[in-house]
Amino acid sequence: MSRPKIISLEGLHFSYTTSGPPVLKDLSLEIPAGAVTAILGPNGSGKTTLLFILLGMLSPQKGEVIIDGKDQKGLPRSVRSRLMGLVPEEEHVPFDFSTLEYVLLGRAPHLGILEQPQEVDYRVAMEALGRAGLSALADRPIPSLSGGERQLAKVARALAQSPRVLLFDEPTAHLDLNNKGRVLDMIRSMANDGVAVVLTTHDPNAATVVADHVVLLRAGQTVATGPVDAVLTSENLSQTYGLPVEVTSVRGRPVVLPW
Amino acid sequence: MAEAHKLQEKSTIRRFLLLGVMVLAVLTLSLFIGRYPAPYWMPPSYLWRDELAQRLVLYLRLPRILTAFIMGMSLGAAGTVLQMIFRNPLVSPGFLGVSQGAAFGAAVGIIYLGRSPLIIEASATLFAFSGLIISYLLARNIRYGKWILRLILAGIATSALFSSGVGVLKYLADPLRELPEIVFWLLGGLWAVTWRDLLYILPVVLIALSVLFLMRWRINLLALRDETAFSLGVAPGRERVLVLVAAVAATAVVVAVAGVVGWIGLIVPHIARWVVGPDARRALPAAMLIGGIFALLCDNLARTLLAGEIPLGILTSLAGSLIFVWVFMSDHRWVRR
Repeated sequence: MSRPKIISLEGLHFSYTTSGPPVLKDLSLEIPAGAVTAILGPNGSGKTTLLFILLGMLSPQKGEVIIDGKDQKGLPRSVRSRLMGLVPEEEHVPFDFSTLEYVLLGRAPHLGILEQPQEVDYRVAMEALGRAGLSALADRPIPSLSGGERQLAKVARALAQSPRVLLFDEPTAHLDLNNKGRVLDMIRSMANDGVAVVLTTHDPNAATVVADHVVLLRAGQTVATGPVDAVLTSENLSQTYGLPVEVTSVRGRPVVLPW
Repeated sequence: MAEAHKLQEKSTIRRFLLLGVMVLAVLTLSLFIGRYPAPYWMPPSYLWRDELAQRLVLYLRLPRILTAFIMGMSLGAAGTVLQMIFRNPLVSPGFLGVSQGAAFGAAVGIIYLGRSPLIIEASATLFAFSGLIISYLLARNIRYGKWILRLILAGIATSALFSSGVGVLKYLADPLRELPEIVFWLLGGLWAVTWRDLLYILPVVLIALSVLFLMRWRINLLALRDETAFSLGVAPGRERVLVLVAAVAATAVVVAVAGVVGWIGLIVPHIARWVVGPDARRALPAAMLIGGIFALLCDNLARTLLAGEIPLGILTSLAGSLIFVWVFMSDHRWVRR
């Protein structure tokens, strides 16, 4: 990999209970800066667990996570939250926050515990809403948005956070074609701005559209990692998903078809 | 678009001004509402010509009015933040064993510790806090569900434990002297409030509400899921405990003085969110003002309507449940907000 790396994982070992089976086994990989990395694998392969370890929510029993040259464990909360953001898969908000108020929450890492958002934070939040194409919905309550608009609002909140690394958990699950396109476009444009994007997905075709770099995960171990064209082969994918898979090319782009 | 946000701010300021005017009006008018010299209304001129009226207002009505207002502020604020950090709009401030703990403590005070008001209050406060501590320790050791669910389960168990204790004490109590006092305490009321009671609750309430008010924007973040809050630099567990302790401390001292006054902490946050929206920067102060107004109006009815005192808890439950049904059955709630 020629690009500089922003995250590297070394010998990661993780299980949720002391006696239970490990979710991640001796996992090592590197995430390039300023590119989109897709963590691809079947349900239950450890994708979300890996994402939460990158975030620092879960601590691995063995191994280390180095982010931007520093040990994840030693990062203070304020530094970590300005460096790295998360777009969670599902987020139920039980109160009728307006979309602007919701996106404004992304400014938290830049404000102290007793501080209130200022004019500049509102400006950043409005810009983020604009980039997500949600300016017209700024005053609408979040629960009244469609599923696609809510997903875009979550992305806008992460944009307002202005992190250098952004983690997405299943960004395109449950979205229609149009919204899937809008979300993937935003991911692409953030990567072009120099943000390192890490996303999990179980859908290989979402990965082929947006990713530069792919990590194939099966049962907590990597099957293959590298650039999309090199990694997304029929053999690798068949091994990952445990069924025969064919990769063809449509208009110069790999398309994955199960047999 | 920035103009839209300015516009919204303007209408918010108008709403708070209106609330402020209502607070002043209700506080002032309450001084003249009562059963002296005649039922319901005392002409203000009595204040400078009737000595009994002066003493009545200064030593009975004023401390009671202020205590009612502060009680409503505390319960409204505590309800708002607890509903937010538990991500559940049906949570009320006493649910972590606090209300039932206070009731148990008061019953112990009435039966075994000599029935002096100070002792009853101290015992109720002590057991209210032990309700919280038992709930918290239980929640840490429950091996099921996430943090929020565990605390709710622990709160249910602790409340049930104390309410069965109250049942036992009622059974043991002297049916002529002690039992009526316990029952009346359980129904809640402020008939015995003096300046001393106000001074007793004031320091705790001031500190607790100041902490909540200063953290008002941060509390929005605690209403998000753990992983999102964490990714935004929040320590979800630690900060929720801080907010929880502040809210419950205010509730505990208030309940110790006023008894179990239900529904204020449940319904006032809904009214506040309906008036100014759910962002805690506005909803929290609005809940304090609305809670104060609501509690004071109910207490005015409690001390004025009949020749004898009506227990406050009965009136707050009645008014609260009616408003609750109205809020949830009216569709305007979904049209704009």
